[in-house]
Amino acid sequence: MTQLEEVTLDELKHLVSDRAITGETMMLNMGPQHPATHGVLRLLLELDGEIVVNVIPDIGFLHTGIEKNMEAKTYQKAEVMTDRLDYLSTVTNNLAYCLAVEKLVDLDVPVRAQALRVILTELQRIASHLVWIGTHALDLAAMSMFMYTFREREVILDILELVSGQRMMTTYIRPGGVWRDVPVEFEAAVRDFLKMFPKRLDEYEGLLTRNPFIMDRLYGVGKLTKEKALSFGVTGPILRACGVDWDLRKKRPYMGYEQYDFDVPVRTEGDNYARYLVRMQEMRESLKIVEQALNKLPLGPVRSDNRKFVPPPRSEIGVSMEALIHHFKLWTEGFDAPKASIYSAVEGPRGELGVYLEGDGGPKPYRIHMRTPSFENVGVIAEIAKGHLVADLIAIIGSIDFVLGDIDR
Amino acid sequence: MDNKLEKIVQVLQEKFNTRAEEFRGEAHVFVDAAQVVDALTFLRDQQGFELLSAMTAVDYWPQESPRFHIIYQLTSVANNLSLTVRVPVPADGNQPEVPTVSGVYAAANWREREVWDMFGVRFAGHPDMRRILMPPDWDGHPLRKDYPLGYEEPQFTFNYEEINLRKPYAKK
Repeated sequence: MTQLEEVTLDELKHLVSDRAITGETMMLNMGPQHPATHGVLRLLLELDGEIVVNVIPDIGFLHTGIEKNMEAKTYQKAEVMTDRLDYLSTVTNNLAYCLAVEKLVDLDVPVRAQALRVILTELQRIASHLVWIGTHALDLAAMSMFMYTFREREVILDILELVSGQRMMTTYIRPGGVWRDVPVEFEAAVRDFLKMFPKRLDEYEGLLTRNPFIMDRLYGVGKLTKEKALSFGVTGPILRACGVDWDLRKKRPYMGYEQYDFDVPVRTEGDNYARYLVRMQEMRESLKIVEQALNKLPLGPVRSDNRKFVPPPRSEIGVSMEALIHHFKLWTEGFDAPKASIYSAVEGPRGELGVYLEGDGGPKPYRIHMRTPSFENVGVIAEIAKGHLVADLIAIIGSIDFVLGDIDR
Repeated sequence: MDNKLEKIVQVLQEKFNTRAEEFRGEAHVFVDAAQVVDALTFLRDQQGFELLSAMTAVDYWPQESPRFHIIYQLTSVANNLSLTVRVPVPADGNQPEVPTVSGVYAAANWREREVWDMFGVRFAGHPDMRRILMPPDWDGHPLRKDYPLGYEEPQFTFNYEEINLRKPYAKK
């Protein structure tokens, strides 16, 4: 019997065709260190010549036990773990977590903090899509795209550094608001980006959208039907490329998304090319949102003044005994959340980023489950890659746009 | 709670004799393990809950029995509704088991594997009940409340038995 890395083919025979058992088709191991799998995803391929017969994804190489770790930390301290889930959209993870905590303890967020959260998550969405288009094009042999997109992503990371001091693991969004107000340079930096980026996006589209080599690899490849996508729990741009108009920012507005005017791009083809077009258009829509949010960025506090949940500002601690007590209580014990459970979700760059959060009356989450979009999206690879060439599988993996930290948690 | 959602909860109550709870506008419906496949099929086909958004489990050891609850977070894309279905797992020694819903929602296939991996709850009739995140030869199920976080107590000859008693996950 063919000896695989840790399991025998015998144990997997319910997942492969009979021809694999007789040796007619070939089992090929792809990953976890394969550059086209964008991380440590391992795929076991059953190949008939160059045609993919079956794909068995093997995940868990990046499992870090984040959910278990969060159960041992207070609500405030557990937040840093969320940065490490999907390391390409850390701000969005923070937002999803904070919204869940705020819903559980019933905490309001000031309007300025809401607008800042919107600006940063939309910038993060652009940054995440930039990594996607860079690596996706790299897989399709368009080498220079990678350099271009990372150049632009750098600008966004600089903005994140400006507001939080960190380029990736920001933890800038906190339960009850944001860490602190943005510095004065923030507006100019974002405006520079808004001015520069549409031209760059046009350049990318000029290079890729009608490029015959790209079209050959993407158009009509990796088709996914609407029904299958819903059954597999696929969300985000992939679902919208299948003709389902489902965007949580529009359908269940949070953080004041209802006041911004933007479109949700939807395509009906469901193939790689549709996913490409949806994401490209999404970047333009995100720019619209950022511009509107920046234009009417309200003044005021950036943190809730409910001192039972939100620490007082640093300046108060020196002069107010109460503030000192609150600061001490919140950073040692933390705040208590009711014994109840909630589910709250945001629209991340990859789809529905949901948080199931259950409190037990104490300061630590009793159970927290991160419903990460990449997990479901990768589950569908096996379904859409069947019957395609191995080279098309690379294009499909690129167009799914997953992050392994998001899958394995 | 939304009017439409209230109606659905009522229909479920009549049809499957469920119990409902509400918190911050979210509906939680308790369904018996034996009826979970029927209830979810009914919700998918008759009530338009075509998306299984999330699926996970909670361990209430040692304070509650049955110790595991399985949570299905359903979303209706057509009607823009959410519903949480909770299934207390019938306690059956160390081998808790519920019927699989991977035939109803394809997304449940991997999520049930994750719950098996992390909590040790088996899903009867699941087509591919292997571990998904932990290595295949791993002992124990990490998200159980009696599983230590990050360390294990070193066992010496003088306290081997005593510590062994506190480690139910390590026993077959």
